[in-house]
Amino acid sequence: MSKHVLIADDEPNIVISLEFLMKREGHRVSVARDGDAALDVIRREKPDLVLLDVMMPGKSGFEVCQAVRGDNALAGVKILMLSAKGRDTDLAKGSALGADAYMTKPFSTRELADKVRELLGPA
Amino acid sequence: MRFDKRELAATLAPGAVLALAALIGGGLFATTLEPAERVALAALLEPRAALLLLAWLLLSGALGALARSAYQRWVAAPARLAEEAGVLLATDTQRELAAPGSAETRALAAVINQLARQRSALRADVAAQVQEASRGVEQERSRLAALMAELTQSVVVCNLDGRILLYNSRARTQFRSLSSAPALAGGAELIGLGRSIYAVLDRALVAHALESVQQRLQRGAAHPSAQFVTSTRAGQLLRVQMAPVRAIASDSDTAALNGFVLMLDNITRDFADESERDRLLHALTEGSRASLGNLQAAVEMLDYEDVDAAMRERFHGVIRDEVRSMSLRINEVAQQTTQALKTRWPLEDMLGADLLAAAGRRIEAAHGCRAAADAVDPALWLRVDSYSLLNALLYLAGRLVEEYGVRLLQLRLARSDGRARLELAWSGHGLSSETLSSWETDPMRIDSESLALTLRDVVDRHDGAFWFERERVRHESLFCLLLPLAGAGEQLDAAQFVRGESRPEVYDFDLFAHSEQASELAERRLADLAYTVFDTETTGLAPSAGDAILQIGAARIVAGKLRREDSFEQLVNPRRDIPAAGIAIHGIRPEMVADAPSIETVLPAFHAFAADTVLVAHNAAFDMRFLQMQEAATGVVFDQPVLDTLLLSAVVHPQQDSHGLEAIAERLGVAMLGRHTALGDAMVTAEIYLKLVPLLAERGIHTLGQAREAAQKTYYARVSY
Repeated sequence: MSKHVLIADDEPNIVISLEFLMKREGHRVSVARDGDAALDVIRREKPDLVLLDVMMPGKSGFEVCQAVRGDNALAGVKILMLSAKGRDTDLAKGSALGADAYMTKPFSTRELADKVRELLGPA
Repeated sequence: MRFDKRELAATLAPGAVLALAALIGGGLFATTLEPAERVALAALLEPRAALLLLAWLLLSGALGALARSAYQRWVAAPARLAEEAGVLLATDTQRELAAPGSAETRALAAVINQLARQRSALRADVAAQVQEASRGVEQERSRLAALMAELTQSVVVCNLDGRILLYNSRARTQFRSLSSAPALAGGAELIGLGRSIYAVLDRALVAHALESVQQRLQRGAAHPSAQFVTSTRAGQLLRVQMAPVRAIASDSDTAALNGFVLMLDNITRDFADESERDRLLHALTEGSRASLGNLQAAVEMLDYEDVDAAMRERFHGVIRDEVRSMSLRINEVAQQTTQALKTRWPLEDMLGADLLAAAGRRIEAAHGCRAAADAVDPALWLRVDSYSLLNALLYLAGRLVEEYGVRLLQLRLARSDGRARLELAWSGHGLSSETLSSWETDPMRIDSESLALTLRDVVDRHDGAFWFERERVRHESLFCLLLPLAGAGEQLDAAQFVRGESRPEVYDFDLFAHSEQASELAERRLADLAYTVFDTETTGLAPSAGDAILQIGAARIVAGKLRREDSFEQLVNPRRDIPAAGIAIHGIRPEMVADAPSIETVLPAFHAFAADTVLVAHNAAFDMRFLQMQEAATGVVFDQPVLDTLLLSAVVHPQQDSHGLEAIAERLGVAMLGRHTALGDAMVTAEIYLKLVPLLAERGIHTLGQAREAAQKTYYARVSY
């Protein structure tokens, strides 16, 4: 079943891989280059899952996550946060703000794909 | 001679008694006679009355003389003895009492003399003991001061009011770096005997630490000390450790706190280094995560078989890009680390020449070869772990002697591109690179004892370098060691330690007893006050006509002593010409003040130096007018009390004509040195003031208020300047 995945990351070098991976998994993929663009897409298209980078220009991943969780209309959007910050305090912050999962860079794409499947599966 | 009534009475008494006895006897005899017999007797006596009178006079004279001598012998002599003994008792004079009079009186005098001798012997004994004891105390004090002076940690001892009663030279240099006017007051406005530590440290913070020390004391803690980190007004970070100073109480368990010791570490640099290390570490770990993530993802994508050629090329592009950016980052970090992570090993500053001299001595002693310091830059300060470095030199020399029979070694030290280049040279015998490598990596052996360190460890510890060179022309071989130089600030510090020929008097424990509670300033005793004695050199005599200050010099008097080491001396750029007539007096030529700071810079520094003290100057009104002229421009107001040695001298010696500085100095026996430099005159004024204080006390002038009042009343005070 094809799902809609939004990749929100400002680094083209990771977007290439993520986009390829998600398409390969059979999902429809959108890309946003910064926080504000990501929030626009989420509000407009209500994707099933957002791969949300923490460090982005404009709104940070945390802010986007908080905005999404504050909007009841977007309750169905799953959020998987990706971060280059390895501190466990960031992880705690992510889950406190309502992220469904949190992965620290560098990560294995296989694990990422598993996690995405797990998040999208039951729905 | 004194007229003694009792002596006269004693002398006349026998005659009077004789006359009385004759009259009464004659009267009684006459009553028994018939009138005819009476006439006959009268007729018989009348012609011989003169004879009778003469007999009476003779007899009473003889008896009177006897009585007088008896009086002198038995009454007057003991009385005089008693009086003299009384004088002896009342005074400290040591003299033998004369022994007139009877044998008993003489014996009494002898006993009194013996007692007096015994008393003086006892007194001398007590005095000797006291002197011995105070010499012991003095010795212990100077030992303590010497110990403090040598410490490389800053130590400051304060009484409970926060007044400084001891500091060492390290503290002094450290406070210099805290001073906001380092070039002018040089930290002297912050540290000095009797100054308040609260000029540097937050009062509340110290109070808090003191409280916790007190709590620990009450709980009976073994080490009742407290520690805190604070930032100073100049933005430096200080780590402060506080330990209590307890009064020696008679009942030992309730020894009250009467002061505290502060050990100060300036951790600003450590802290900055630490932050820099954190930043670099962070840049390495967190900064690499994203790149690694991109790399890993791209590499894993390439594993999929369904990647077409164009996609494959894009993934390769990502990999090339990320590898390049990571290489760049690593290079950058590596470059910075060599600067910031230079040495975590505790290194100390050491004069290079000292290190080489020590190395030479130890090499000669251990290996029996000659080791001469050859070309040594005497001004080079190194930042080294001297112990391991000395061992390294000893080890190298040892191997050269043992394995190559080298008899003469030369040690050299020179600056080389921001580092120190230490050479250990000998004639002949080169080393193969294999030998060199094994020497570098073998554990060092000193006297058959093997150390855990290798030569390479020592070199790494100093972030240095080590190599072997061969000088073909001179047929010389040498080992070369590159070592770090001490930082500029540290060099200065250390140089100061060495330069101090006489140990400055930087302690005064009498201040422990000192208390702020002594009410109003005017009520405080002159002997207890802290003073800033100052003098100015000026372009002329009329500040209102544009004359300006050229130099300010000041010294401090604390606890009744002139603190020569605690002085202030600063040239001031007057921003106007200096009349030639003045140059002849003060010797300050225009080129000397061309680069000096202006009064707007100097006055606040001097104000800080003089904080919390009474100002003293000779002819103070003159100097004060110059200071007051600047109030509007600088915003600095000198509102503390001012004493004038000229006026005080007039109070003490009203009959003298001259109260000029020279005249007073001569009168009071103060040597005139460095006349007409501001500091020289300030020192002389200070010594004069110290001599005036007891003279004022003789006139019943004890307090600041009394002194100012008396000065106001003198003739000179009424003369307008």
